[in-house]
Amino acid sequence: MIKITGTAGPILSVNAAIMARDVTKAFGQGETALKALDNVSCEIRTGEFFTLLGPSGCGKTTLLRLIAGFEMPTAGQILIDGQDVTGQPPNRRAVNTVFQSYALFPHLSVAENVGFGLKMQGRPRAEIAATVREMLALVKLEALAGRRTGQLSGGQQQRVALARALAPRPKVLLLDEPLSALDLKLRKEMQVELKRLQTETGITFVFVTHDQEEALTMSDRIAVMSAGKIQQIGVPREIYTAPVNRFVADFIGETNFIPATAVPGGAKLADGTVLPAEGEGSLLIIRPEQLRLLPAAADGALPATVESVVYFGTDTHVHLALEDGTKLTARVPSPADGHSGHAPGQRIGLGFAPGAARLIRE
Amino acid sequence: MSPPPRLSEAEDRQRRAATRNGWLLSAPALVLLFIAASGPLLIVLVYSFLTPGKYGDVSWEFSTSGWVGILFSRDIFDDTLKLADAHLTIFWRSVKLSLLTTAITFALGFPTAWFIATRPPKARALWLFLITIPFWTNLLIRTFAITEIIRNEGILNKVLLAIGVIAAPLRIMNTDTAVLIGMAYVYLPLMVLPLFAAIDRFDMRLLEAGYDLYASRMQVLRHVILPIVRPGIVAGSILVFVPSLGAYVTPRVLGGGKNMMIGNFIELQFGQGRNWPLGAALSIALLIVVMLAMLIYVRAATKEDTPHG
Amino acid sequence: MADRSFEVSRLPGFAFTAVTVFLALYLPIFTLVFFSFNAGSVLSVWQGWSLRWYVEAWQNDVVKGAAMRSLLIAASASAIATTLATMAAIGTTRRRRFRGQTAIYAFINQPLMVPEIVTAVALLIFFGVIKSWTGYQGLGYLILAHSAFCVPFAYLPIRARLEGMDLSLETAAADLYASPWQAFRHVTLPLLAPGIAAGAMLAFVISLDDVVITEFVKSAGQDTLPTYMLGQLRRTLTPEVNAISTALLVLTVLLLTAFFLVNRKKD
Ligand SMILES: Nc1ncnc2c1ncn2[C@@H]1O[C@H](COP(=O)(O)OP(=O)(O)OP(=O)(O)O)[C@@H](O)[C@H]1O
Ligand SMILES: [Mg+2]
Repeated sequence: MIKITGTAGPILSVNAAIMARDVTKAFGQGETALKALDNVSCEIRTGEFFTLLGPSGCGKTTLLRLIAGFEMPTAGQILIDGQDVTGQPPNRRAVNTVFQSYALFPHLSVAENVGFGLKMQGRPRAEIAATVREMLALVKLEALAGRRTGQLSGGQQQRVALARALAPRPKVLLLDEPLSALDLKLRKEMQVELKRLQTETGITFVFVTHDQEEALTMSDRIAVMSAGKIQQIGVPREIYTAPVNRFVADFIGETNFIPATAVPGGAKLADGTVLPAEGEGSLLIIRPEQLRLLPAAADGALPATVESVVYFGTDTHVHLALEDGTKLTARVPSPADGHSGHAPGQRIGLGFAPGAARLIRE
Repeated sequence: MSPPPRLSEAEDRQRRAATRNGWLLSAPALVLLFIAASGPLLIVLVYSFLTPGKYGDVSWEFSTSGWVGILFSRDIFDDTLKLADAHLTIFWRSVKLSLLTTAITFALGFPTAWFIATRPPKARALWLFLITIPFWTNLLIRTFAITEIIRNEGILNKVLLAIGVIAAPLRIMNTDTAVLIGMAYVYLPLMVLPLFAAIDRFDMRLLEAGYDLYASRMQVLRHVILPIVRPGIVAGSILVFVPSLGAYVTPRVLGGGKNMMIGNFIELQFGQGRNWPLGAALSIALLIVVMLAMLIYVRAATKEDTPHG
Repeated sequence: MADRSFEVSRLPGFAFTAVTVFLALYLPIFTLVFFSFNAGSVLSVWQGWSLRWYVEAWQNDVVKGAAMRSLLIAASASAIATTLATMAAIGTTRRRRFRGQTAIYAFINQPLMVPEIVTAVALLIFFGVIKSWTGYQGLGYLILAHSAFCVPFAYLPIRARLEGMDLSLETAAADLYASPWQAFRHVTLPLLAPGIAAGAMLAFVISLDDVVITEFVKSAGQDTLPTYMLGQLRRTLTPEVNAISTALLVLTVLLLTAFFLVNRKKD
């Protein structure tokens, strides 16, 4: 049998809470097998808020379940706090999970739910009671300690699930789309709440979401995943401003793509214009808010034609076409009276904010 | 192309543990069922190929007499085989009564199931409970109850005599009719429940579509309802036909000694008949027929399912 | 008939047939119960109210023995069947699909498919051999036989309940440091309890009602209530049989009502 080999894992660093080394997970066997994770390596640092971001089916849950121990990897290793835990059952791993469905025990009270992990570990009663009180205070649910979980609202259940997972003081807390079942307002509240909990407890959070805004606002670092692979790992600003490929650029925010070739000092477009741009590759990207709409004759501007104008309230989207037919979208703040002053068919010049354009690989 | 993935050791261990625990947990039930339900059927199969003992039981010599005896009897004088008319009569009665029971329970059970399914939810639960009670009630008690109705001095005759419909009591007991009435009575819930389940899933808006397209009530019944609830009809028919064919208690109580069905005929071989191999062969034959009926049912049910997804 | 609107689900004669069917279904049962209170000793000649036949049945040692035997067998069989069925149901549901799962399922439900008379004959032969080998003639055979055919009846409601239970609850327990046994003890079992109760009740009812297999398996002097009644049906009947039937009927209805209440509470 051929062993699946991959690139060497990242250098082991002292402060890695979690390390995944060349992890592959296949469901099914033989030719029909589906690789939910394909040779994934990453390192999650102690104390950070780490987010797995990607479209549905890209393998986020699978990676989380491998870390928790609900699934075993087809190849590769999982390390928690420097210890190889591959093959260990979940009840021996010092990580806890907040489930997407919460998975609260319906036959137990709120307090019993929160104390469950400690009880299973065989901690003394007094300690359990104290920790439960502390945890309920942390999530502001002291008043509901005796309730059955079935009588709680969605937001309250969410807090119980959090308290329950935090109570045994895990090294890492795994959260699988914990906010997706909440309505928008509650969701915003819980985002703040989660961030606060993470700062207060200092526990490493691994957070799964497919909401890019959530990822950008909450995370210390983000791993963008697609089709079972990690595409890019970085701090939010880096992911947004310097995506490494088309997938990341397209998935995070909106982007204009212009075919180009790298030349010294910038990128050459099809019509020969050379724009200053960093990076390398054959695709020039520029965010819609970085485009400037100038008069047609403006100095150094790229000639373009307005195709349509869509009013969005705070800003207005202007859809444009370059001479060679490349379509672009510009986002400009809407003026006070709402009229942007642009109309379909109008010829204009396109300007670029300095450093806004970037070359990336396909 | 990367090579097709192979299970890692940890995955393999996890999978093997699942299989092992699954089997281990099921093992006690499987062992019990093997000892006291399925396994002994193999002994019956063996016995069907042995020679009858003088005073019942068997003597351990191979013989096909049990199987031959199902259809033929050996003449006492010239030792030739001829068709055993008495046996054929019993088989024919069993099949006939089982089919009739199925037909009657369907004719009565379909309107009943329809009625239950079209009640408002609260009332429906109550009606359903009412049909479930006889389902779980002792078969013997129900047979006994119907006996009291159709006996010569029973309620039915009393009422009919009193209102002058008949001059002399109807003699129903110990006839095929009595067995038929009894079986229809005791097995009716077995027909109603699966029919109800099918009708309950039936989308009543299809009826509106039917009427909208100019169908009459009978046409809607024939062309819309019956085809769609067919799996329920097949299930109900099998659930009634199979126990009817193997019925023992009802024909024994209502049919008297003469109107035997296969079940009673089998018992006879282990009692006064003293022909255990014949009884064993009959049992296996009955089992095979029942399994075939089940197979037809499974076929029909899956065939119905495939086009609908 | 205030509402003359066209009701799509009405079909001609259906309601009438249904109501007739219900009447026909219950009339014999009510008659049976009614005559159990008859003062006279002829079955269908009403001679006034009396509890005489209940008293006679109660004082009849044979009946009492049969009743005790019935209850003992039903209690043992439903306990055994429910325990084994619970284990099997957990074995076949709370894990990823494994090889042989369908085979186990089919095997457990097999008693539902074999005609009772065939199983009865098979057990007659098999237990007959064992009886002559070991010389043991006790109730063990009946309990064993009843346990076996009760297994699928206990298995089905338990399995149904398990399938309705979120598997992530056990996953959560494992995540919170529960060993497989602890997860079962503290999560699965408490949530499964209503299903187990339902299974046990059905098994009890089924065992209590059995005639055919008991009739073939029992040794001399091991009549249960149903086989005792079957024997009585050959003689001149007295309302005593009605009284016994009514008692059994009431027990069944009580158990079924409890079953429905237990099952309803879950939703
Ligand atoms: N137990 C399983 N058996 C077979 N395939 C699975 C299993 N679990 C996941 N998969 C497949 O693996 C792929 C990745 O699934 P995963 O649940 O990790 O995605 P995800 O990124 O969490 O998606 P979502 O955002 O929808 O939750 C999917 O194609 C999924 O169908
Ligand atoms: Mg997921």
